[in-house]
Amino acid sequence: MEDGQAITFAALSITFLVGVSRAMILFIVTSGLSFVLGVLRIPNVAHGSLYMIGAFAAHSISTLFGGESIGFWLALIFAPFMVALISLVAERSLFCHLYEREHLMLLLFTFALMLILGDLTKIIWGADYRSIMAPKIFQGSVSIFGSPIPKYNIFLLIIGPIVAIGLWLFSSKTKIGKIARAAAVDREMVGAIGINVSWVFAFAFILGCFLAGLGGALVSPTISVTIGMDHNIIIEAFLIVTIGGLGNMWGAMVGSLIFGITQSFGVLFWPQFAIVFPYVAVVIVLTWKPTGMLKSVW
Amino acid sequence: MFSEMIRQKSFCVSAVIFVILLLAPSFLPRFYTYFLTIIFVTALLAMSLNLCVGHGMLFQFHHGVFYGVGAYTAGLLLAKTSVPWWIAFIAGSLAAALAGLLIGMFCIRLNRLYFGMLQISLGSLIWAIAFRWYSLTGGDDGIHGIPIPDFISSTTSAYYFVLIVLGICLILLYLIIKSPFGSTLQAIRDNPERCAAVGINVRRHQLTAIVIATFFGGVAGVLFVVMEGSIFPDLLFWVLSLEIFIMCLLGGWFTFAGPILGAAIIVSLRTFVGTYTEYWTLILGIILILLIFFLPEGIMGYNYIEKFRAWSKRNAAERFE
Repeated sequence: MEDGQAITFAALSITFLVGVSRAMILFIVTSGLSFVLGVLRIPNVAHGSLYMIGAFAAHSISTLFGGESIGFWLALIFAPFMVALISLVAERSLFCHLYEREHLMLLLFTFALMLILGDLTKIIWGADYRSIMAPKIFQGSVSIFGSPIPKYNIFLLIIGPIVAIGLWLFSSKTKIGKIARAAAVDREMVGAIGINVSWVFAFAFILGCFLAGLGGALVSPTISVTIGMDHNIIIEAFLIVTIGGLGNMWGAMVGSLIFGITQSFGVLFWPQFAIVFPYVAVVIVLTWKPTGMLKSVW
Repeated sequence: MFSEMIRQKSFCVSAVIFVILLLAPSFLPRFYTYFLTIIFVTALLAMSLNLCVGHGMLFQFHHGVFYGVGAYTAGLLLAKTSVPWWIAFIAGSLAAALAGLLIGMFCIRLNRLYFGMLQISLGSLIWAIAFRWYSLTGGDDGIHGIPIPDFISSTTSAYYFVLIVLGICLILLYLIIKSPFGSTLQAIRDNPERCAAVGINVRRHQLTAIVIATFFGGVAGVLFVVMEGSIFPDLLFWVLSLEIFIMCLLGGWFTFAGPILGAAIIVSLRTFVGTYTEYWTLILGIILILLIFFLPEGIMGYNYIEKFRAWSKRNAAERFE
């Protein structure tokens, strides 16, 4: 603590809650990445760009509707679908021809996609900083243990588990979810029993990108939306997936919590080097458990 | 080994290219001399990475960090202390090799993608420290105007210095790849299980490859300081690392000289397309996609002669029918 203020229980609990709410956004983005990684076995480098496009699209949609509460809700619904549409076009026109190729080539393709999407975003939206107002009911803050916490963070704390449960229900209870999980384990066998694996892959890719867009739309009221936010998120997302266990959805949750909480406690204890803390946590986890906290699907 | 090298045709070609490059500054404008210097530095960096990626099949995802460590060590020693220039240069290269050894010891126990991810994490740690430690490294501004010794401070003399160091490093890299160690490394790339079975210490060979590669990466970093006279945290950022990785794949990662070509292409694109439009990465992305679809082995990896023969044979057969 640089200003000599004592660390109170209230400060610790607020830091914890802010860290968890940050972790929820990371989880939503990372679970998409993890899903693609699990089913398609591709580290999708363009995931961060789709997240950025989600945030920019949310800004455009909410200003289109006057920046009021209704604009925010419409943005939250339509921005992820826009991102999903972009990924559908990219997947069906180019990506689906490459599934037989070597893995490094797929990685290279997603990198090329990241470069293209990054520049297209710059062409369409420009390099200005933008920000979105949260809707009226989430403005202001509530008091927990005597310290204020923004209402929007509470909203994030609620929506994170909803997405997690939704994804879990989808992948373990619906037919297409089960097919996607089966394709992750043995794609030849799934193809052999007469399922069009190419479309399963396309579906998984689009779902993953949808989650990236959702994460971008959700994060837009809390930060300033600008070019370059893709570079930061993608590296964090990759590290989270790795420490959680590749392709494991609950692993993405565990990894996000580790990342978010160490980051916010870093801000509390040593603000200058706050960005170092999550990386240290990743190094500790990987030296202790080289293949991640939970079982990976690979 | 030397006599064998001299007999080869490719050696004569590279000797001719070297002589042309030695004469180049006398007839090229100053900007192009500088431009060639950038290509040389980047080429050395890509070549050093390719020892790991192409010859060792190690997913060295964050090679840029060693480039940055070399540059930062040399730059800080030159700017903040009064040690002689040659000590700073050697210390820069050795610091990169040391960082490579430390990071490599952590990463080498993991396989493939996990290896790359742990390396990105450790590398980002170094980046974050350099980015935030304002009192030592100047934070995100970096340090500019580093005092470079007089005999290599002009554009032309820096060009010669970089060219000569590059030449020496390339010969060393060539000898390493052609040595028994290089062959063992390639054997490990092709079949690690069998190599382990015949008694080769796989991990130790891979670690040695990483240390050698990071040493040359550090040399490239030192050359960057000679060329630019400044250091900044972008040298350690992962985007640069991915760019170097692309250079290896682009030029042909199973060939010796491929990365040089890849580096030349990407640096030229950035310089020339970058003067016309700020959206040069868009062009780079489109070129990459074309490359993935049509030249998956890289530009130099594609066997043109073989393909041309097959094509002309097919044409001839069709004509006779």
